This record gives sequence, C-alpha cells and structure tokens, in this order.
Amino acid sequence: MADLRSNFIRIKSPNPFWLASAPPTDKEINVRRAFEAGWGGVVWKALGSEGPPVVNVNGPRYGVVYGADRRVLGINNIELITDRPLEVNLREIKSVRRDYPDRALIISLMVPCDEESWKAILKQIEDTGADGVELNFGCPHGMAERGMGSAVGQVPEYIEMVTRWVKTHSRMPCIVKLTPNITDVRKPAEAAMRGGADAVSLINTINSITSVDLDLFAPQPTIDGKGSHGGYCGPAVKPIALNMVAEIARSAETRGLPISGIGGVTTWRDAAEFMALGAGTVQVCTAAMTYGFKVVQEMITGLRDYLDSHDMQMSDLIGRAVPNVTDWQYLNLNYTTKAQINQDLCIKCGRCYAACEDTSHQAINMGQSRTFTVDDEECVACNLCVDVCPVDDCITMRELPPGDTDPRTGRVIGGYQNWTTHPNNPMSTAAE
Amino acid sequence: MPNSQLTPGVAPGRLTAEIYARNFSDVAPPLDDHEARVAADRCYFCYDAPCVTACPTSIDIPLFIRQISTGTADAAAMTIFHQNILGGICARVCPTENLCEGACVRETAEGKPVQIGALQRYATDGLMDQGEHPFRRGTPTGRRIAVIGAGPAGLAAAHRLAAKGHDVTLFDARTKPGGLNEYGIASYKAPGHFAEREVDWVMAIGGITLETGRALGRDLSLDQLRRDYDAVFLGLGLQGVNALNAPGEQRGNVLDAVDFIRDLRQADDLASLPIGRDVVVIGGGMTAVDAAVQARLLGAQNVTIVYRRGQERMGASRHEQDHATSSGVRIICNAIPVAIHGNGTVREVEFAHTTDGPGGIEDTGERFRLPADQLFRAIGQRLSGAPEGLALEGGKIAVTGPGRTSLPGIWAGGDCAAGGDDLTVTAVAEGRDAAEDIHAQLMGA
Repeated sequence: MADLRSNFIRIKSPNPFWLASAPPTDKEINVRRAFEAGWGGVVWKALGSEGPPVVNVNGPRYGVVYGADRRVLGINNIELITDRPLEVNLREIKSVRRDYPDRALIISLMVPCDEESWKAILKQIEDTGADGVELNFGCPHGMAERGMGSAVGQVPEYIEMVTRWVKTHSRMPCIVKLTPNITDVRKPAEAAMRGGADAVSLINTINSITSVDLDLFAPQPTIDGKGSHGGYCGPAVKPIALNMVAEIARSAETRGLPISGIGGVTTWRDAAEFMALGAGTVQVCTAAMTYGFKVVQEMITGLRDYLDSHDMQMSDLIGRAVPNVTDWQYLNLNYTTKAQINQDLCIKCGRCYAACEDTSHQAINMGQSRTFTVDDEECVACNLCVDVCPVDDCITMRELPPGDTDPRTGRVIGGYQNWTTHPNNPMSTAAE
Repeated sequence: MPNSQLTPGVAPGRLTAEIYARNFSDVAPPLDDHEARVAADRCYFCYDAPCVTACPTSIDIPLFIRQISTGTADAAAMTIFHQNILGGICARVCPTENLCEGACVRETAEGKPVQIGALQRYATDGLMDQGEHPFRRGTPTGRRIAVIGAGPAGLAAAHRLAAKGHDVTLFDARTKPGGLNEYGIASYKAPGHFAEREVDWVMAIGGITLETGRALGRDLSLDQLRRDYDAVFLGLGLQGVNALNAPGEQRGNVLDAVDFIRDLRQADDLASLPIGRDVVVIGGGMTAVDAAVQARLLGAQNVTIVYRRGQERMGASRHEQDHATSSGVRIICNAIPVAIHGNGTVREVEFAHTTDGPGGIEDTGERFRLPADQLFRAIGQRLSGAPEGLALEGGKIAVTGPGRTSLPGIWAGGDCAAGGDDLTVTAVAEGRDAAEDIHAQLMGA
C-alpha cells in the first residue's frame, strides 16, 4: 500500500494534506478538530506582531459563487489575519504541538516590513516548537494597504529582503506564500529562492468581486452599503493555481524549489494533479469550509488507491507531469484527432451540435431522429463537443494514425512539426 | 352508528373529515423555491429540444426552465403563457410522462426526466398568484366572435381572440365555465378551485363576455350565430358516453364515470357522497383512473378497474396506472363485461377473459365475477348533438388545417374535432391555432 507520509523541507506529516492558513486554522479548537479528523498538517492562520490585534468587519466576510444546487464553486473573503492577541495564539500553538507531535505545524506570519518585527516574532515562534513558518506575502485585502501581505508579495525585492531576514534570524524551515495578483509568478518565486526560502506555497487568494447586489448596487459581501474586493479561492481558482505551480516547477531558475500547492483542492484528484505538477504537499481551505474537516478522509483513501492502482509511491507522482508542460510553440502540429460520437451512449440532447454549429466549425451533422455525427472534413478537433456533452465518454477524440490523410486538410498524418519550424511562421528556423 | 369502509352497499360518510381532507388534498404538492432551482438545474438546455417537440402547445421548455434557474420565474411563466394560456392546468393534468418528460433526454440518460410539469406549475402558479393578468388587448377590431364551449379549447381560443382585439362572446351549456377542467378531472389534481380561478384569470384580459347555461341546439343555433357574429369557434367537447352493451346495464348504480367525477368536483361536502363498498370501473383511460382512485379515496373498500385489452394498451399513462395501484385500486386487463347481475341494482358483474389477437378482442370462454355495489362506465365519450350541416369524420367534426370546418366562418377544436388525442393540452393548442386563423382571415392578413 502506498505510503502517504510526507517529508517536505524537513517538515514531516502523516499525509500531504495540510490545512491552509485561513479561518479553519485560527484557533486551537479548530486545529484540534482538524487533527482528529486526520489532516496531516496545519498552517496556523497568520499571526501579526504583538500589541492590539487587527479588527475584522462585523458584517459578512464571505462572498460566494454557486454552481448547480448551490454547490460552492468559489468563495471570496475580506477577513484579515488573526484578530486574537499574539500571546493567546502562541499559547494555543504550544498546547497543540504538545498533543500532536506527529503532525506538521507551520505558523503563518505577517508582520510589518522591518527586520526587528520579524526577528522578534521568529523567536517567539521557535519557542512554540512549531515545525516552520510560512510568510504571508499574499493576502490581497486589508493588510496590503498597511504595507503587508500582497504589498510585499508584488515586489520581488521585498520578498527577497524579508525572506533573508527570516533565514538570518531563524533556523526553521521557511515557506514563502505567493500572491497570484501579479503578471509573472516566476519573479516572486525567484526572489524567494534568492532570499533563501526553503519552499514556496501558492496560490494565495485572487483579487475578486464575487457578485454585485442588484438592489443595493454594491459588491457582495456588503458592509453597510459598501463592498471591497476580497480574495477568491475554491474550485474555481484551481486552473489558475495549477498553471502557476507548473510555471515555477518547470522554470529553469526555480526548478527543484519545493512547492506546497494551494488553490481549490477539493478531492484527492485535485491533490494528485497539483502533485503531478510538482507540489510536495497541498493545502486546503475552501473544501473544509464547505464540507467540514472530514473531507480529508476521502483525500487520503483516494490518493492511496490511485497510487496503488498505478503501482506508484508519492515520490513517483510528484513532478511527474512537469516535463510534459511546454510552450504552445512546441506542440506537435502534425498530431491530428477527430471527434467521434458513440451513438449507443448519445442521449440526443444536441448540445454538441449547438456548440459546433453556432460557435465552432460546423462539423457536426444532425440527421434523422436526432442522430448526431461528426463531419471529419470540417472537424478541427477543438474538443468543445466533448466539453459540453453531458454524458461521460460519449464523445471522444480519435487519434488519426500516421499515414492517414486528414480529410480536412488533405495532409498526411505523421512526424513532428511545431510552430518554430512551420513554414507559415515568418520566424521559423526550418531544419534543412 | 356511522358508516365505515365495511358498510355494505352504497353509503355516504365512510371516512372521517380529516381523512377526506387528506385524501383530496393536492396529489403533487408544488415545488418550493429551492426545489425548483434544483430541478431546473438538471435541464441540459437541449438544442431543438425533444420536450418542445413533444408538447402539443410547443412551449419553449428549455427557455422557461433556464429562466427559473436564473431567478426569473415570472419571465418563465410568460414563456409558457405565450404558447399556452392554460399552462396552469396543463401543468397539473398533462400526462407528462407521455409528452415532454417522456421525451426528456435525461429520461434516456437516467430514467429520471427533468420535472417539467412541476416546474411549469411553479412558474405559472407564481405569476397567477400575483393576481394581475399579464396580457394586454390589442387595438379593438370591432369584430365579434362567438366561442361555443368554455372548456380548454374555447378558453384558449377566446383569450387569443381577445388579445387580438376582437370582442368575444363565450357560451357554455353548463352553469360554470371550465369544461373538463371544472367538471372532468380528479379533484386532487386541481384542488382549491383552481379551474375556477384559472378561468377568472384568463377572462381578466377583457373583451370576453361569458354566457353560461346556453347550449348549442337548445338555446343557440348555428345559423343564428353565423348571422350575429363574424366567426364562430366550436369547442363543444364530448357529451355522449359510450354504452357497455352488456345485459343488465339498465340496473341501478350502473353509472357514467364522468357524472361521478363531475358530482364529486362540485360537491361541497365529500361525506355526503355515497360510494359503494365494492366498486368496479370499466375502461382504461384517465377517466377510468380518476373515477377508480376517487372511489377509493371516498372510502370504497374494493375498487377494480377492468380493461378489455392488455395493460400496455391502456389510455391512462403508466404514471396514472401506478397512482391507481398505489391507491389500492386493482387493475384487471384482458376482460370484458358480459352481464350485469343484480336485483334492481347491480350486485355482481360477470366478465369474460379475452385475448387481444390480430383479429381483435376474442372471448376465451373463461368467466369470472366481481361483486359490485356500483359500476362506472369509462369506455370513452363521443360527440352528441353536433350541429346540422357540418361534415363529420369518425363521429367528430371534420376539420382541416387550423380547425376549419366544412362551413366557412366556423372553426372547431378540442375533443369535438376530429384528430387530436383528447388531451387538455391538445385542445388548448387547437383553440389557440384556430384563433390565429380566424384572426388572419378576418383581418385579411
């Protein structure tokens, strides 16, 4: 049976499923419940400096985007870092540490951008016996306006500077949490690496307005008639997170930098996808907030079953898809597929037809008795019909074997040619 | 001592007041907002959707369901009413499993269609409950049109004609309008005087003058109507009831199911309605099921539907059949009544087992008897008293295209017209389409 024990930058946990720094990890009672439910680790919700804690709004903190049947697809929040006194959090961290020595316990930190503030808090964290720290350079709201969170995370030089302070004043493993609210995520990751970070975690939440109240004419969540952008998370952000994880995993500058993947992990499959793109652990928040801590049990059994069925260990999975992430220009333009519709499975809803006829390439014919068939002479293999078909495996993409002729282009299938060598590319460097 | 289900013979008051109330409450309670959203989410928004094709009134079902799912149920209701002004009753009585829901691709996929009927009710109830009629009349045309019969076909025709700006006089032979909706369907399908409220709501468009108690052939003549009006629409329904043609049919308590259903619908006090301990219903359609189930709900101990062919040939939908059997009605197929025994009133019905072969129904020679305090005939209705001069086809008024009869200026639709399938929703479609045709002819469009 696959071993799910994780050793991520010297931080050990019984499984790679951690709770992200967020409301579920703000208090001892929550964290204890999480560990009882089986979570491998917890990143304690970000602590601030000593002194009067921050205050949160007293109206709604969350906005939501629903799918069918009020299924939560995304949540945004305008909550700040912990609003409880530092000493209370430290006491509770010690208490949890004592009772759960086998779990990963990482403390998220967000203090003002000066060396003394960081030095002071690091000492206090070390005293708790926590396994490591995560630097919150990501929160997009509230703290950024005070020169913290994403205000730091958007300036690579600041990331490098603060990370270096942390590594100078502490021997604890240090994870730098990255904001997605930038244009090229590799730059902050490189800065963290230069500063000595042991790992990066990403993504933090995305600047967002989830919805507008059409009676109040204000963003939701609405506080006394006004709304502010919040941080978006949950299944809706997973594609963005996967891409950013992959960008760091495959970049020459950051290759090998450990990654803790965050962003919409809801099931074992999501976790496995992050891991295949290079994440050593994953962090979860929205799934727990939506369904409770018990969801980790499905993640554990699911990942284990997957690994067993593929005769893999976690180390075989982590990063396995990275070599297959490339730039568009290197995709093989000679590779050709055609959609095919399984008439036995087809329920004749016609969504493929509407999608293709209205918005694509007019490559699906509607015949007698609502029989839908693909016209290979028109099919560009865009895959939209597959995407909109409500039936699993009813429409699939058939790969044309080498030697066949694509009836659309008249070209013989086979070989490899990408855009860099394509005759239509004025910049092509065709090999003679 | 009060009567009970065991009281022999035909007796009223077999049940307690609470049980009557429960038995005749809404058979399919409406969806609440959340249930409607969940049900609406299941719609795939099919291209050229099969459900629309299957709907006799061609309601744009995917569109109205999408409107529900986006929180605009009133817009959904308008999508329905534009095609079918009686969308409220149709949502309650349509055999959806044979129509829209039967065609739903999720029926193909999972055996569980989108709840189109329930969603239609959700939308239409919501708009109708607001009490304001949503359509406005067009510019008055000065044309006068007589609509005979205030059932589904007549109401649909009258509404569409009024909407076009014509002045409509709506005649009905009975004391209340509504036709089958008011008199001919089971109470639990449209409780709370729904049919009556719906007629009021439809009439609220204005321009429709209702004259009840006026029957064609008795109080009205077609010739006179043709002279007095620019056009006439006949939505007469079917008044005649087919006979069993079995010896003993004249005995007491051998009744027409439609009369039983009508009396039940109009009863103020269900406990006053006498019902047999043993009841037999002959027939296989929705009328047979409505009569049989209601007999059970009134407290009959044993109710049996006997149908002459195999169960798959029954006119009642599978859903209706299941409703009957789950209500405690026994369904016997392949049997015909050959004699009605009794002394003054019916006491026993004798049946022949039959086979349904290529040569039609054949007597197997085997006999059986069922005790019966009441026997209800539900073997179909026919047109009686069709006005002279109109060509008939198969016993009904012959029509071409959108309800044009053999006489110029006279249209017909609903059950009295040839073709169609004797469904409320079909009657609505025919009334509506005839109205459009009348309008086009009168206005020279």
